[in-house]
Amino acid sequence: MKNFRYMDGAAILRLNRETCVGCGMCVTVCPHRIFGLRDKKAEILDYNACMECGACARNCPVAAIYVNPDDGCGCAAYIINSWIAKVRGSSVPVCGC
Amino acid sequence: MDGFVETPAGAVPRVKTTMTGRDRCGTVKARTGIARTNYKVIPGLYCVGTPGPESPVIVTANYKLSFDALRKELAGIDAWILVVDTRGINVWCAAGKGTFSTEEVAFQVKATHLAEVVSHRELILPQLAATGVAAYELKKKCGFRGVFGPIQAAHIPRFLRNGKQADETMRAVTFTLRERLALVPVEIWLLWKLLLIVLLVIFVLSGIDPDVYSLAATWTRGSAAAVATLLAILAGAMATPILLPWIPGRQFWLKGMQVGALTGIAAVLLSSGRTNIIGDLGLWVWTVVITSYLAMNFTGSTPYTSLSGVEKEMRRGLPLQIGGAALALVLWVAAPFIG
Ligand code: SF4
Ligand code: SF4
Repeated sequence: MKNFRYMDGAAILRLNRETCVGCGMCVTVCPHRIFGLRDKKAEILDYNACMECGACARNCPVAAIYVNPDDGCGCAAYIINSWIAKVRGSSVPVCGC
Repeated sequence: MDGFVETPAGAVPRVKTTMTGRDRCGTVKARTGIARTNYKVIPGLYCVGTPGPESPVIVTANYKLSFDALRKELAGIDAWILVVDTRGINVWCAAGKGTFSTEEVAFQVKATHLAEVVSHRELILPQLAATGVAAYELKKKCGFRGVFGPIQAAHIPRFLRNGKQADETMRAVTFTLRERLALVPVEIWLLWKLLLIVLLVIFVLSGIDPDVYSLAATWTRGSAAAVATLLAILAGAMATPILLPWIPGRQFWLKGMQVGALTGIAAVLLSSGRTNIIGDLGLWVWTVVITSYLAMNFTGSTPYTSLSGVEKEMRRGLPLQIGGAALALVLWVAAPFIG
């Protein structure tokens, strides 16, 4: 993934080191190797490489991680539909991907 | 299919670890999205080799390509394969959409009476299923604990040999040229309906000229615009994905603009004589914005773009693309009246 970097400062990823129990699940599941363990607590090593897949948050047993919960596929069609849905007040946008 | 293996919970179908010609044909169709719904594997328990109660249980999605990718790597290995119902969608997308979920895995464990088939209580899950499956909840829901295996099926034999330990290369997602190429047919296939409508509009608009309407112009000018559109599709949905890591910049709409600017020149050269300078300018702008849009749409297929990031770049890119497309149409329709 070294050849691929996306925009800095865009991803929504928050870690609460207070609640973390250091189980290491986030380190295991992240497909972009964002997390490491330091002093028996998780830490974010490379915030800007996060793609918001949500695997870390789903597998944290103490809910110490927050990731943008929007789980669309991220294609332009999906986002346009989600904007339209927001304007019209309807829910569950689809894109056909 | 290659016979059955008898277990306390009934006969379990054994699958081959080699691919037949017919399997490959199915693979091409499943990738391009033709008759996609026919490429589901029936959920349930399968096996490879001659597994016993101690053999590992590997979980996968019921998308034919995911299942095939797995079984083809398992030559010489005795293992159970638990196929969960993801409605024929691949592991990662299904996990994102919530069909590859903790509940679904637990459901299949119970439905297949897995506890009677194996003596251990461990499931090997694909790492990319982690978006939908919480390993710590699995144990409560079905008595089996989940262990995340490698991202790629190809690494499973090494993972098993290493005592179910994955190293860093097994855990990091990749986006190789081969992986990007595999996406190109899908990207293009998804466009055909839109393309038909666009081409129709283009040909109709191209006929407008000072003599009210010219059928000859519909063809001469229309074909130039159609060629530009097709080139833009190749540029945005094929060239950009292939050249992705080498195109400067990070935002996809900007990457697309660069590829589109060059492609636009080709479109103008190819149109030689079929329109004037105003028309050529229209063609160029059209090629740039269509390429840019399609490049931006490719964010949905990459394994590294965050939804927040995509939304951010779309707020910048989309207004320019829409404005550019409108400008291109105005230039194109105005061209026969000027100069
Ligand atoms: S959301 Fe995905 S990419 Fe981001 S840190 Fe979590 S697991 Fe890694
Ligand atoms: S999964 Fe949660 S508890 Fe475990 S190390 Fe990561 S943040 Fe800490």
